[in-house]
Amino acid sequence: MRTISAAEISDAVRALCIESNRILPDDMRRGLAAARKNEPWPTAAGVLDDIIENYRRAERLEMPVCQDTGMACVFVELGQEVHIDGSLEDAIQEGVRRGYLDGYLRKSVVSDPIERINTLDNTPAVITYDVVTGDRLTITVAPKGAGSENMGRLAMLKPSDGLAGVKKFVLDAVEAAGPNPCPPIVVGVGIGGNFDRVALLAKRALLRPIDRRNPNPAYAALEKELLDSINALGIGPQGFGGRTTALGVNIEVFATHIAQLPCAVNIGCHVTRHQTAVL
Amino acid sequence: MNEKKRITTPFTAEQARLLRAGDAVLITGTIYTGRDAAHKRLIELLDAGKPLPCELRDQIIYYVGPTPARPGDIIGAAGPTTSYRMDAYAPRLMAETGLRGMIGKGLRSPRVAAAIRDHHGVYLAAIGGAGALLASTVRSCEMVAYPDLQSEAIRRLEVVDFPAVVVLDCEGNNLYESGRRAYLDFVRAQQGGER
Repeated sequence: MRTISAAEISDAVRALCIESNRILPDDMRRGLAAARKNEPWPTAAGVLDDIIENYRRAERLEMPVCQDTGMACVFVELGQEVHIDGSLEDAIQEGVRRGYLDGYLRKSVVSDPIERINTLDNTPAVITYDVVTGDRLTITVAPKGAGSENMGRLAMLKPSDGLAGVKKFVLDAVEAAGPNPCPPIVVGVGIGGNFDRVALLAKRALLRPIDRRNPNPAYAALEKELLDSINALGIGPQGFGGRTTALGVNIEVFATHIAQLPCAVNIGCHVTRHQTAVL
Repeated sequence: MNEKKRITTPFTAEQARLLRAGDAVLITGTIYTGRDAAHKRLIELLDAGKPLPCELRDQIIYYVGPTPARPGDIIGAAGPTTSYRMDAYAPRLMAETGLRGMIGKGLRSPRVAAAIRDHHGVYLAAIGGAGALLASTVRSCEMVAYPDLQSEAIRRLEVVDFPAVVVLDCEGNNLYESGRRAYLDFVRAQQGGER
């Protein structure tokens, strides 16, 4: 048994909240640079220049890249040989609270979806726990803004819809979203599982670097095919027209029922952010 | 996009009529921030026949909820939020208060497009997610109303050369349609040339 204190966890989460909002991950930087190089449409190239200048400036000024610093989505991998001294849930929420207050991040969470009173510290975070082997605690903070999150879709397709149905569902979601989710986007796709699992698959897909393909060659090929199809739509950066509608398509899959073909799309914006700490 | 056009506020119908979808503009002057919760309150005031906390005639509302300013800064990150959530409110503000322009990002409803035509307004898009870039154009930021709404409060911003693009103009043009069409025509022409 290895013991990790609640205070250590709060400190780590606090730092992850601040860093993830200020620093765009390397895979997104590479993706934007490559997209800029390959963008043939002048208006679109200009928008990409501004987007690149924006994340650079945010890092230099220690300012959030985007004003929507999101709901904090926290992914926890808890090694089963770890003992937490204190409440893990409380420690994470405290870290989020301090990160959003100390980091001058926007408090965008309301306590009740109908009453809509701001909680003033961006808690509660949406926490997903996994118990894994080992004696480590891995925490990822992925702030998720509403502009892209609101464009998400979920469908319980029929097995007879098959691969063609999945492709159509993903393309329709991107088409309907148009300029709203701040393209160039990252498209997280979940296929399989059940109603709740497929949404989590789509969200988790956004945590994978955009230049790392699904290990299953069939899904890796589908990621490439969907990316090409999406970038043939012409929506372009910010929807003003152009080649670069998406920087990446990441697919995650899970086993499913004989009668089911769940499919979910979770869209990430050009500020698809996450930072990880291992304790 | 060609040479950028300059907009100053107050922003009149005469100025708005000169703008066309696709024009890149630089805005200088006073603009007001407002998004979901503030719009809801403004409409409730109109329903009650009460005065609004600020004069909106020939003004521009920027759909933004900035991050808190750090000590010594004027404002935090301040990029646009998605506009369609204000579609339910925008036509009434244009009709009843004389609101002339809106800055946001993303699609608008046919009703908003019609209100822009009818009232000679304009809908502009700033680059979504460009919070740090757009913040640098803000020279002052002053609370006007609803501080309890935090980032959603109405604030008066003085901006210099705030960059935006005309999406909907008063002739009914829509950049989200025309820009995409122009790009796809360009791609088809290129492919035709290669055959």
